Amino acid sequence: MSEARTPVTVLTGYLGSGKTTLLNRILSEDHGKKYAVIVNEFGEIGIDNDLIVESDEEIYEMNNGCVCCTVRGDLVRVVQGLLKRKGRFDGILVETTGLADPAPVAQTFFMDDDVRAKAQLDAVVGLVDAKHFPLRLKDAPEAEDQVAFADVVILNKVDLVSVDELEKLRATVRKINPHAIIHTAERSNIALDQVLDRGSFDLDRILEDDPHFLHAHDHDHPDHECGPSCDHNHSDGAAHSHAHSHEHDCGPDCNHEDHKLDASTHDTTVKSISLRAGEMNRDLFFSWINKLTQIDGPDILRLKGIVAFPGDDDRFVVQGVHMIVEGDHQRPWKADEKRETRMVFIGRNLDREKIERTFNACVAA
Amino acid sequence: MPTVTPYDFDEYVELATFINNQPVFALVDGTVHFPLSPNKTVQANKGLLSATLSQDGNSILTGGEDGRVMRVVNDAAEVVSEQKGKWIDVIASGPNGAVGFASGRTAWVVANNEIKQFDHERAVEGLAFAPKGLRLACGRYNGVTLHWVVGNGAPVDLHWGGAHTQVIYSPDGKYIVSSMAENALHGWRMDDKKSGDVKHMRMAGYPTKPKSLSWSANGKWLASSGSQAAICWPFSGKDGPIGKVPKGFGARDDSMVVCVACHPTEDVVAVGYIDGMVMAVKMADGSEALLRHPGKGPISSLSWDAGGTRIVFGSEEGEAGLIDVSE
Ligand SMILES: [Zn+2]
Ligand SMILES: [Zn+2]
Ligand SMILES: [Zn+2]
Ligand SMILES: [Zn+2]
Repeated sequence: MSEARTPVTVLTGYLGSGKTTLLNRILSEDHGKKYAVIVNEFGEIGIDNDLIVESDEEIYEMNNGCVCCTVRGDLVRVVQGLLKRKGRFDGILVETTGLADPAPVAQTFFMDDDVRAKAQLDAVVGLVDAKHFPLRLKDAPEAEDQVAFADVVILNKVDLVSVDELEKLRATVRKINPHAIIHTAERSNIALDQVLDRGSFDLDRILEDDPHFLHAHDHDHPDHECGPSCDHNHSDGAAHSHAHSHEHDCGPDCNHEDHKLDASTHDTTVKSISLRAGEMNRDLFFSWINKLTQIDGPDILRLKGIVAFPGDDDRFVVQGVHMIVEGDHQRPWKADEKRETRMVFIGRNLDREKIERTFNACVAA
Repeated sequence: MPTVTPYDFDEYVELATFINNQPVFALVDGTVHFPLSPNKTVQANKGLLSATLSQDGNSILTGGEDGRVMRVVNDAAEVVSEQKGKWIDVIASGPNGAVGFASGRTAWVVANNEIKQFDHERAVEGLAFAPKGLRLACGRYNGVTLHWVVGNGAPVDLHWGGAHTQVIYSPDGKYIVSSMAENALHGWRMDDKKSGDVKHMRMAGYPTKPKSLSWSANGKWLASSGSQAAICWPFSGKDGPIGKVPKGFGARDDSMVVCVACHPTEDVVAVGYIDGMVMAVKMADGSEALLRHPGKGPISSLSWDAGGTRIVFGSEEGEAGLIDVSE
């Protein structure tokens, strides 16, 4: 029972984003691994393959009718069926329909004990049609959710947009989800190792290989000159990259590239809040995170964090989806590492002032 | 002392039972094994998802990833039905050779050489025939639907919010019990159907999902897994378990009951644990007999023979065995 859990990759993306092309590549290319693919309909996939399983999306509410505490009942059954035979697959890929909310899929791997004993969410990969995404944002909230939820975002069909459009698109994705790893592709020609076996949900690797986290959000705009009325959180000592929050009031001498793009990205409703402090009082922190996720869970799409506790030699990592939070000790703090707590929340209608204030109230005396 | 004859199949044992008094083991790779027969193995499916004993005890029925429903006897397997491209993940047996099976949102019945199809709005996760075989109960999200196997009578919906993943009838047909995704059982008492009322019974308090259910002789008790002990609900009174406290048998602090099987005639329950241990417990006084020490993995299937002197078990790790408890 101590055997490694099978990694599960969730593939989201709107119609026309190139999901089928990517699935066909994963099923047909010689990458030396065997993936079972769970799809909603065989229809689009041109390959006849006994590794493909068709499954109707069954959303089950799990917690006395709470609308955010949902799982995919069909996946509970199919995943358990697939994993009864040992060593049969190296991984499982779940394709969601274009309109799907990714939360129930992800929550299945946290809320169902039988599933989580055998399988582990590896990453949520969101495919974005570079040409049509700005339009999708206007007419489909699901498209924004899929980006907000993703660990890896693939901007696909970039050959169909100009360099300017691509940069705007990148800024829009960053605005929705500052911590996703972004790749670009034409016709889904992404290296498969950027998609599979990422370990993004693995507590041992959380935030570790996420370059954006370390700098809250990293605009990477080298010609930015900060002025007196620019209120970046410049205390972020990491390299030069000035981490700052998106809610800052920019002054006349603040020349953020991304602000020039804001006019075109006003259709986003998801925002992220990055928090940073020193060591946390253990009791206060746990009661804070539990209370916050119970109350604001429906509005929280994803949360991730690394927490420092006084007298604890290990980093404590947390992650969550809506009302579900899990945490674990990860690894010892390194000698040259600053013992501090960092967290990020991605969601809708999040009250930044309240979350910051209550987070700061948990700082160890 | 009980004696154990061990077998090792190296694949998850989906069903361990007896056909014509002979032990048989159906594995998830689709092979069916008869270790005491000269013809030891039959290939039933390409990937097996579900299996059950036929009601006459002469065959087992299996459902597979190959879309096939098979009837397997000692030396042969025949196709009962084929639904191309479907995973047959639920199967049930009824009187006179009737077979019920389901895939996704559709359930089928094969009876009297005819096939009948029942479509649902949500996936069918549990199936059971009423004792006389006239009705088929389909467990689904938010309740159970009762279909008429013969004729075209309108189906009856029994509502209860939540996911119902398994369903069984009591031996007298008075009760329908479902196991739920939220660590509880739900019951409906069916004898009030003239007035249109059904009585609800919520049987909760399990630390994990109660996935294995077994009726004791004459339906006096319903034994269930999902806790540190085999939880047995009393059904002998007029109102079944309503207002009553269940009994726990074979409790172990350090383990979890994952499989239960009641003796065919006496009030004795065989209990399989998550660590592979098997015990038999007398319900009258709770006295326990250890039948098998812990093994490599959770017990996945457990059955008595018709005479109540032998037990077969199988585990998720492919260990299996025949236990003689006749002395
Ligand atoms: Zn909720
Ligand atoms: Zn600024
Ligand atoms: Zn900046
Ligand atoms: Zn900015």
